[in-house]
Amino acid sequence: MEKRFVSIWFRHLRTDWFTRLQPHLKNLPFVLRTPQHGRMVITASNSVAESKGLSCGMVLADARAILPELEVQDDKPDLAEKLLTRLAEWCIRFTPIVAIDLPDGLLLDTSGCSHLWGGDALYLKEIVRRLNERGYEARAAMADTIGSAWGVARFGKGSLVITSGTHVDALLSLPPEALRLETETVERLHKLGLHQVKQFIGMPRTALRRRFGPQFLHRLDMAIGQEIETLEPVQPVEPYQERLPALEPVVTAPGIEIGLNELLKRLCGRLQGEQKGLRNAVLKCYRVDGKMVQVDIGTNRPSHHVTHLFKLFELKIPTIEPALGIELFVLEAPKVEDYLPQQEKMWEGKAGIADVRLSELLDRLAVKVGQQAIHRYLPDEHYWPERSLKSALSIQEETTSEWRSDKPRPLQLLANPEHIEVTAPIPDYPPMLFLHRGQRHKVVRADGPERIEQEWWLQQGQHRDYYRVEDETGNRYWIFRLGHYHDETYQWFLHGYFV
Amino acid sequence: MQGFKPGSTNAALDSKLGTIRDAFPNRSFPTGAVHEFLSDSKENTTVTSGFIAGLLSALMGNAGATLWISSSRTLFPPALKSFGIAPDKFIFLDLKKEADVIWAMDEALKCGALTSVVGEIKKISFMESRRLQLAVEKSNVTGFIVRNNAKNLTTTACVSRWKISSLPSELHDDLPGVGYPKWKVELLRIRNGQPGAWDIQWRHGKFKFVEQFQATPLEQQKQAG
Repeated sequence: MEKRFVSIWFRHLRTDWFTRLQPHLKNLPFVLRTPQHGRMVITASNSVAESKGLSCGMVLADARAILPELEVQDDKPDLAEKLLTRLAEWCIRFTPIVAIDLPDGLLLDTSGCSHLWGGDALYLKEIVRRLNERGYEARAAMADTIGSAWGVARFGKGSLVITSGTHVDALLSLPPEALRLETETVERLHKLGLHQVKQFIGMPRTALRRRFGPQFLHRLDMAIGQEIETLEPVQPVEPYQERLPALEPVVTAPGIEIGLNELLKRLCGRLQGEQKGLRNAVLKCYRVDGKMVQVDIGTNRPSHHVTHLFKLFELKIPTIEPALGIELFVLEAPKVEDYLPQQEKMWEGKAGIADVRLSELLDRLAVKVGQQAIHRYLPDEHYWPERSLKSALSIQEETTSEWRSDKPRPLQLLANPEHIEVTAPIPDYPPMLFLHRGQRHKVVRADGPERIEQEWWLQQGQHRDYYRVEDETGNRYWIFRLGHYHDETYQWFLHGYFV
Repeated sequence: MQGFKPGSTNAALDSKLGTIRDAFPNRSFPTGAVHEFLSDSKENTTVTSGFIAGLLSALMGNAGATLWISSSRTLFPPALKSFGIAPDKFIFLDLKKEADVIWAMDEALKCGALTSVVGEIKKISFMESRRLQLAVEKSNVTGFIVRNNAKNLTTTACVSRWKISSLPSELHDDLPGVGYPKWKVELLRIRNGQPGAWDIQWRHGKFKFVEQFQATPLEQQKQAG
């Protein structure tokens, strides 16, 4: 999918915050100070002060000389980071991936978000409007790369929405500062008369590298989009997530295994510390070509056992298509549950349904055949045979009622009763013989009937009269008559086999 | 043939088996081995699973667990209660493909947390049965293979081969109604033991012997393979 980024620039972040708290400062020249090398230095100024010629880095005494009515307050260390984090968390309403961009900005990955606000322009307008409402002067730009959005937000002259694919054109007329370069590099560029990006963007890369260093090319590539830049979201999209960037693109299965093992170790270490275990894990592989492939596993009980989880993933590794290579592995645990320490003891405990090894076996089986193939049953308080049991929700679930054995039940029960032809004497007597799948069975012995009524609150229908019959060869069957004998609409069915 | 290890036995099961024990090596039912049961009809499968459930009730005790693997299961769990086993101690694996049953069984037999694994299989090759046998020798899980509709019987590495069929039930004094289940239990092949046939009644959670142990003549053994 097309990537879109928004960079938000807060021109007067800290002074805006002070103004919010003290509204009378709004129209006064106002600066923040901090002691530096034995003197007071201005670290932030509001727009009024700036229009009077004050700027950051000025010594406070000089500023007072220029502007005697200057309002001054003490700067707070780390204020910018705190404010940005708060704003970034607030911005999650616009996109889930928001990163702070110190000292004075936010970066938003808005891929696939803006259409919800009716398009890019309206989206940006809304962001800026809401921020202004909160009292922050903000300038936001949207482009295909983080670098270009950053540059346009701060130095762009025209439209702040750079349409998809034209971000390089937008960069051309910007000054070199727009590339997030170090101060010395910018100064050197200006000294050389390179006041716009278009003046040096076409120069040979080797020359640029020699003169301005690799960091310069790095920044340039990021702005153009030749190098992928990832955001570090303020709120990780998943609370249990581990990332592992690969130095070189990984294309082989052993490479994926090493990466996976490393991620599992980190994640499980963290889970163990928090006494949690994962029930679900997703391995996402970000490929060089910008696509993402993922595999997921599930467990029957919370687990942070590296070897076991690795085994589950191992079965799925062959399905990962690395194409040109994987450059980033992300392991997420969307479903995490408390891991009770007493479960640990069962490792040594007696074998049985509660054994960890059993649930690990079932996890492995589930990877291949699917969780829906595994069943465990608990009694349900119904007489109707098909409803007398229910599927257990988990392997640990205990029975809440007793299994009944007072009435005979067949060891094999057909899912759908099969129709049979019978010869039966007067009502309530078992049949003398029955015909099932073309085979005649002469009834020698019989028990019954056991009448089982429909549970009318669950299902409408006729009752069943069950007989246990034995034919002349000694085979025992469970057959029933559906409906009353005198209704003339009754039918006979074979439902099960007794031992 | 790789080693058949004596010593893995179950006292509760042996005491239950009565005179059938005489057929086994060291007079005890080999646990930690794979047993094969032949069946050619639904009725046959039913009594076979009944006999296996009888064995399992002693094998599993109170804590054990059994995995029941099948691609065409009709077993009705609540009925296991009448064999003295809590049906919630069973885990059922209902697979779509017959081929997966052997794979799953192989995996499950390696898991020491299980008491036993029952697999309903139509076809099994010698190599496959050998793999299962090797798996149980490490983990000491007891495996039961129910071969539904076994047409062409090949040699397997299983420790025994059984066939269970139903017999007319009996009640005292010609009382009406269906009596206690009665089976003909045929042990067609047993490694290091002596094959035989018994008439057994299942009564109050125990095997009751209607006829005493009798060794099958040698010719019949050969026929049975």
